[in-house]
Amino acid sequence: MVAVSVSQRIASDDQLARLLQIGIVLEEVVEARAHHHYQSLDAELDEEIETLLADAAEESAEHRQRLESLIEGLGVDSVPFDEIESLVDARYGRTQPEDFDGILYDQLCNEETAYKFYDDLIEAIEESNAEFSIDREELLDELHAIREDEAEGVSEVTAVMERR
Amino acid sequence: MNTADQYLKTIYVVQKQEDGPASTGSIADSLGVSPASANEMIGKLEERGLVEHEKYKGVQLTDDGIVRARDALQTYCIIERFLANVLAVEEFRDEARELEAVIDDTVAERLDTIIDRQPECPDCFDPETDACACLEIAATPVEPEQ
Repeated sequence: MVAVSVSQRIASDDQLARLLQIGIVLEEVVEARAHHHYQSLDAELDEEIETLLADAAEESAEHRQRLESLIEGLGVDSVPFDEIESLVDARYGRTQPEDFDGILYDQLCNEETAYKFYDDLIEAIEESNAEFSIDREELLDELHAIREDEAEGVSEVTAVMERR
Repeated sequence: MNTADQYLKTIYVVQKQEDGPASTGSIADSLGVSPASANEMIGKLEERGLVEHEKYKGVQLTDDGIVRARDALQTYCIIERFLANVLAVEEFRDEARELEAVIDDTVAERLDTIIDRQPECPDCFDPETDACACLEIAATPVEPEQ
């Protein structure tokens, strides 16, 4: 086994771009899973969950576009949504929630995971002295705003879960 | 993955390689840190009941340490497999090592929903190639390490 890094710093444009690509994939997974939940339970879906899933899918699509703009500035390609959607399709059966509670819990995991990802990413960028090809302040502002959306998402899902 | 988990994973792999306790020197080499740093962290892990350290003999994971190490190794396998199979990264091992500190296990779990990981994971991890032995891409020739 060769040396691994124990630091949390991001040293280059390439590393930053790869992490932003991972963010895009996470958003695509959320979008595709929300769509699946929507379809799999459509006959029984109640309005509250329907709105929650529609909003989640819309928000993820918007986050994805914002991340895509950032990695464009680094000269790196995005990850095509249809590829991720087909991977979610292929694996969804194994991890599909069985009922409303399961869907809400899955949605909560999505929001919490995304929050944790952006939180760690922001910390790693802040700890790094590397100069990126895109403006550091703009990058951090954008990531802070997205992280804030995820925090709100966690609160929204938790509120729905508590009402039930 | 936090620093403690990176150490536990490394000790697990070195113990397998050495077929016994892991020497502090091997752990430090594997992590690319000084023996003094490795000793300090090993002391902390010992205080937390995750490893046992016997002077002149080496470091061994406790049962709790093994559970944590296997979870960390699984997270690492997910990152490798995700980079190789979803993002088609050729240097997936190098990148996994660079990125593992920034990827939390909850994030890896979500990435795991779109990859085809084998049920034997993390026993499929091969310390010699530093990669999942089941990864198809790992069978192709790779550039020698720099």
